[in-house]
Amino acid sequence: MIPCLDVDAGRVVKGVRFVDLFDAGDPVELATRYDAQGADELVFLDITASSDNRRTMVDVVSRTAEVVFIPFTVGGGVRSVEDARQLLRAGADKVGINTAAVDRPALIAELADEFGSQCVVVAVDARRRRPEGASGEATEWEVFTHGGRTPTGVDAVAWSEQCAAVGAGELLITSMDRDGTRDGFDLELTRTIAERSPVPVVASGGVGTLDHLVEGALEGSADAVLAASIFHLGEFTVGEAKAYMQLAGVSVRPPSPS
Amino acid sequence: MIAVLDYGIGNLRSAEKALQHLGAEAELIDDPERAATADGVVLPGVGAFGRCAQALRMSGLDGAARFAIGRGVPFLGICVGFQLLYEGSDEDPSASGLGILPGTVRRLPDGVKHPQMQWNVVEIADGCDSGLLGGVPDPAWVYFVHSYAPERTADTTSTCEYGGAITASAERGALWGTQFHPEKSGAVGLGILANFVRRVDEACA
Repeated sequence: MIPCLDVDAGRVVKGVRFVDLFDAGDPVELATRYDAQGADELVFLDITASSDNRRTMVDVVSRTAEVVFIPFTVGGGVRSVEDARQLLRAGADKVGINTAAVDRPALIAELADEFGSQCVVVAVDARRRRPEGASGEATEWEVFTHGGRTPTGVDAVAWSEQCAAVGAGELLITSMDRDGTRDGFDLELTRTIAERSPVPVVASGGVGTLDHLVEGALEGSADAVLAASIFHLGEFTVGEAKAYMQLAGVSVRPPSPS
Repeated sequence: MIAVLDYGIGNLRSAEKALQHLGAEAELIDDPERAATADGVVLPGVGAFGRCAQALRMSGLDGAARFAIGRGVPFLGICVGFQLLYEGSDEDPSASGLGILPGTVRRLPDGVKHPQMQWNVVEIADGCDSGLLGGVPDPAWVYFVHSYAPERTADTTSTCEYGGAITASAERGALWGTQFHPEKSGAVGLGILANFVRRVDEACA
C-alpha cells in the first residue's frame, strides 16, 4: 500500500483529472504519519517541477529521509542522470521518470546502469482511446506526458513492455481517465500491463473506496496499489486500508500494531 | 562512534540517518584510519557485487573492515555490504569478497521475479539465539532489494521464503549481516539497528 503525495511548491496538493488542486498539508508531516500507519512505501511527485521548485523538492526529500525509514520514490521533472543523483543523494530510494523517458528512452538504461534497475521507476500516464480507424469502445491506452497535458500517440502497453526491457525496475501505471474521480482503478489497463510485465506494477488513479484497493490487487493483478485523496482527506488510515485488504484475501504486510 | 563506510557506492545516507535517529553517533567515513578506530562499523552496499568489491578495495576501507572484524568490533554488513563478507558471488566470479565468512553468494532461484523487491517475512533459524533479531515481532516483515544472496551456512541466523529458503541474515560473534535493509524496514528495522547500537554501547562500556 503506497500513499502518494503530489507536491507543488513544497505543499501536498491533490486534483481531479490532474487539475483543480487543493492543499492537503506538509509533505514531511504526511509522510511521517503514513509511515507510522504502516505504509509500505511512499511516492512523491513534484507536479510543478520548475527549476525553482527543484531545490524545494530536494529539501523535502532530505527532510523526509531524516524521519521516514521505509522506501520512497521521487518523481517529477527528472530529466538526467544528474537530476536523479541529486534526489538519491538527498535520500530517495528510487526516482520516477515519465516525460523525459518518452522524449529520450535511452535515459532509462542510463539510470539503470548508473544506479541499478531497482532505483528506476517509469511512471506511465495513460488515457483510453479507440484503436485507429475503429469505432465503438476505447480499448487501447495512449501515453501522455507533461503531467497529463501532452498526448504522445504512443501505446501504453507497448511502452510499458519496452521500459521494462531496457532497465525499468518498476512501472507506475496511472489511469488519467480515473485519476481523482474516486471511481476505482482502470483494472483492464493495470491487468493488461501487469500480465506482460517482468517487473512490479503499481496501480494508480481513481481510488475512492477500500474495495477499489482490493480490486486493484486481485483483479488488476497489481503488485502494489497507490492512493492519495482517501488518505489525505483522513477518510481512512493506511492501517485501515491494509486491514481491509488483508481480510479480503490480499497478501499484505499487516498494519503496524501501534 | 559508528563508522558507516563510505566507499563511493550508492545511497549510504539512509543507514547513517537511521542510526542517528536512534541516537547513535554515526558518521559516513571514507578515511581507513578513522574507520579502524570506530567503536562499531556498518558496511552498506547497493548495486553489483563486483563493482562494490572493487570500490571497497580502491578506497582502502577493506583493510579497515578486516582490522575492525579481527579486533571483534561490532560490525554490520547490509545488502551487498553483507554479501562482501563472503568469499565470492555468482554475480561476478572474477571478483573476490572479504572471505571472512565461508560460502558463496548465489543467484536467487529461477521461477521468481528478479530482483526480489518487496517486504518479506524473516524466519529465525531453529534453536538460534540471535542478537541481531532479538526482540523483533513474530512475524517480522523487512524490506528486500536483491537478486543474489549468500548460500545458507552454519552462520545463517534467519531466512525468507522466495522460491526457496533464502539467507536473510547471518551472525558470527560480533559480526552481523543482513540481506534485507533494516534502515528501510520501518519500526522492525529500527529495532534491529537498535540491537546493533546497543551491542556497540556494551562493547564500549
